[in-house]
Parts: sequence; structure tokens; C-alpha cells
Amino acid sequence: MAYSEKVIDHAEHPRNVGTLDKDDPSVGTGLVGAPACGDVMRLQIKVNDQGVIEDAKFKTFGCGSAIASSSLATEWIKGKSIDEAEKIKNVDIVQELNLPPVKIHCSVLAEDAIKSAIADFRKKREARSAK
Amino acid sequence: MSVKLPIFMDNHSTTPVDPRVLEEMLPYFTQKFGNAASRSHVFGWVAEEAVDYARERIAKLIGAQSEKEIVFTSGATESDNLALKGVFEFYKDKGNHIITQVTEHKAILDTCKRLEKDGAQVTYLGVDKTGRVDPDDVKKAITDKTILVSIMFANNEIGTVQPLEEIGKITRERGVLLHSDAVQGVGKVDFDVQKMNVDLASITAHKMYGPKGCGALYVRRSKPRVRLVAQMDGGGHERGMRSGTLNVPGIVGFGKAAQIMMDEGKAESARLIELRERLRKRIQDRVEETYINGSVDHRLPGNLNLSFNFVEGEAMMMAIKDVAVSSGSACTSASLEPSYVLRALGVGDELAHSSIRFGLGRFNTEDEVDYVADLVVDKVKHLREMSPLWEMHKEGIDLKSVQWTAH
Repeated sequence: MAYSEKVIDHAEHPRNVGTLDKDDPSVGTGLVGAPACGDVMRLQIKVNDQGVIEDAKFKTFGCGSAIASSSLATEWIKGKSIDEAEKIKNVDIVQELNLPPVKIHCSVLAEDAIKSAIADFRKKREARSAK
Repeated sequence: MSVKLPIFMDNHSTTPVDPRVLEEMLPYFTQKFGNAASRSHVFGWVAEEAVDYARERIAKLIGAQSEKEIVFTSGATESDNLALKGVFEFYKDKGNHIITQVTEHKAILDTCKRLEKDGAQVTYLGVDKTGRVDPDDVKKAITDKTILVSIMFANNEIGTVQPLEEIGKITRERGVLLHSDAVQGVGKVDFDVQKMNVDLASITAHKMYGPKGCGALYVRRSKPRVRLVAQMDGGGHERGMRSGTLNVPGIVGFGKAAQIMMDEGKAESARLIELRERLRKRIQDRVEETYINGSVDHRLPGNLNLSFNFVEGEAMMMAIKDVAVSSGSACTSASLEPSYVLRALGVGDELAHSSIRFGLGRFNTEDEVDYVADLVVDKVKHLREMSPLWEMHKEGIDLKSVQWTAH
């Protein structure tokens, strides 16, 4: 299968690979996928008091398209408010990376990872304010 | 150390044509271009003579008793189809039961599926964790309705060599025909239709440094005489078993390729085993959590199938893109299912997704092996740094205890 140039670029030079402290109250962590399916993405966001994503990191076990999708996702959400970030759709990723039909699930997973990280952050924030 | 990129290490998918093979083929495109079925002039006679010479060479390579037992086809898929469908059609009044096994090539499995629709009953035997069929299972599966057993010689993904000689003893004793898809093993591991009691065998030129589009089916002519119904209707070529004008240049190349295998196969296999072990050690000694798939003792010389835990196979192939290998990862297929061969061995889906098949061949060098080993070691480390699973593993988290969200 031939990859698009953008997929190759992200896979060879992934942006924002790394780990944030998952116990930090300002950090939300999303872990989606399953090893048995060949894709696991972990996407983390660090959100400031204004609700803006200051930093984003990812680690992905998966094919080049999965790595590229999560790399692109971190690039896009950085600097966005969590409400804006939540609006990112998998089709946006498909379009940007020119993913073929068999790789659409990679983009779906990236969207899930963003949503899951935001949900985790919100849960933490609610738990904090309830105290 | 100097290597030229890209490096081809996917010699189970195909092999380059040996220059000596090409040289022998060339005149048959331009000067000696006759149709081997033309009986009335010298062009036809020259072509026929060349085809018969190739037949002899190929017969000799597999231990056939007569060159008349070689039926030329377009490749092994056609040979497999002809063997199974042709035998079933001829013998179906005698019985409708066929025995095969789960790690066969799709050319066998899908043909069996088709025959099931036509009334065949097919038993798919399981394999042990190295990919081998237990001959005893074959024995137990044979009924008075069994007409054919089809067991491959060597597996294309994991290189496992089947106990064909033992199976052949059983089928001969029970009067059941034995077919073998011998594409991967012939010339590399001892294969002899007489010694192994094989009645039909599929082989192809392009896995042994011959051209693509040229295969053969060995069909035993005596003790027992195997009959089959042709699957292609036409001029009645190949003693009525396969109509169609013969691919004379291809067949000439096939013959030469077989001859080279006869002359050099043993030495080549010894060299390939050395190279493969060098590759394996250089990787496994330096990368933890790397597992070998298939059998250690019964293996094709050039085959090394490794799973790099926590690293996805297609990402790995992309990372070593100057090296041509293949993977059992789902991402290499449209199906999203990892390799059915690795699954049959009981390799978990995680490790199946992480598998890489290295296929060493005649033209690979020690320098290439060293280069690939270093590259693989480097890239596995790099990809593990990016893998959440590796991080969790290093933190001591048992990945099996995690609630994953299957998608």
C-alpha cells in the first residue's frame, strides 16, 4: 500500500511523542484501542485554568497511519480550548492525511483518543470541584 | 560494509530471475519462438524439444520417474486448483472426503471452500504450536470416503516443513492420494515424490529464481496412476490435463532454474541457514521480548519469522522501508485480521500483529544481513519508545489485566 506524503512525514517525524504525568490534576489521559486489534493510542492533554490545551503528548502502538493520525491530533489540539478540540472529527483527519478506506479506523481511534482524554480531564476537574 | 539499497529480503513472495536462467530463456522469445504444439515444422519441433528438456530437469529435481509426469501450468495457484478440483471431479463417485490442514496457502483453502459447495466434505486438521501436522491426526481423519489428502511441504509464512514422508506412508497404505503444495520447499529442503509417496505436487518457477507465470503440477503415472479432470478446455495440451499454448521461454527458464537447484541447492541451503542464524542472533541477542514463530528444527533455510512484542508490524515495515520484508499484521491486508497462519499456531493476536517475516535468498549477502540486523534493532527501540504498551510493560503492568476497548 502506498502511503501519502503526510502519513510518511508524521510516521517518520512524529510530533509530540511522550508522556505527561497522569496524576497531575491538569492532565487528561485517553487510552483507546486494543493490542489484539493492532492499535492502541494513548493521548494526553495538559489544560490550563482557561480551559486551553497547553500541551499534548501521545504514544501509539499501531501502523504508520495510526501513528500519523495521533501525531496530527496532538498538533491540532494544542492551543485549542477543550470545547474546540472536541469538535475535531475523524473525517478531518482522513482528509488531511489522505487516508485510504482501510485506514479510516485509525482516524476514528484518534478522534476517540481526543474525546477520551477530554472526558478524563473533565472527570478529574469535577471531582476536584466537588471536594 | 557496503550494501545497496533497497535490500530484498522477501524471497518467499518471489525471487529474482537468476541471470543464468534469463540467458537460457532469451533465444526462445525471438529466434526459437515456435509453438511447442506445432507438429509440422522445425519451429515447433525446436520449441517442443526445449519444453521436454525442461520437463526432464524438473522431473529429476523432485524425483519423478518420468518427465511425462510434469504438467505445465501458469503457476502454483493453478496447479493447486487443478490438483484438488481435478481429482475431486474424477473420483467423487468413489468418495467425497478431502483432508487438508489450516495453515495451507489460500490457493488450497479457498479451493476446498469451493469444493465444499460442490458436495465435498473437507477436514481441516489443526497444527501444533510450531505449525506441524501430526501424521497420526491424518491417519485418524481418513475414512472410507477419503479420496485425497493435501498437505503443503513448507509454509510460506513461518517456514515450517511438514512431516510429509510419514504422512505419505499413511496415505499409501490406506490407498488415498496425497497432494502437496511444494512451492516453498522444493530445491531447498530434500523433496522426493518417490521417497515421500507424493502423488501430486504443485511447484512454481518464480520461487526458485525462475520467471513468474510458469508452474507445474506433478501427476503420478504409475503405482498409482492418478487421474484428473482437466479444468481448462481447449486444445488438449499436456496430455489432456491442461489446455493452452505452452509458455516456452518460461518453461525453459523453469528447467534451468531446476537444474541450478539440483546442482547448488544443498550448498545454498547451508549458506542460507548460516545467514538466517546470523540474522536471528544479531537481533534476538540485542532486543528483548522478541519471539520466533514456527519450528526451530523443521524450517526452510531462508525463513526467519519474528514477533517484536509491543511494536506493530506495518509500522516496523515502514520504519525499515529500504528493506523489503513482510508482516502477519492485519494492516498489511484489507481484512483487518492478523495472519491466520500465526493464529493457527496459537500465537496471540498481539504478537501476530507484531510479526515480521524475513525471507533470505540466493542473492542476499552477509553485509546485508548485518545491515538489516542493526537497522531492525535500532527501529524496534525507536518504535517501542513510541509505544504505550512498551511503557506499560516497563512499569510492570500486566497488559492482559487491562480492560481494552476493542474496536
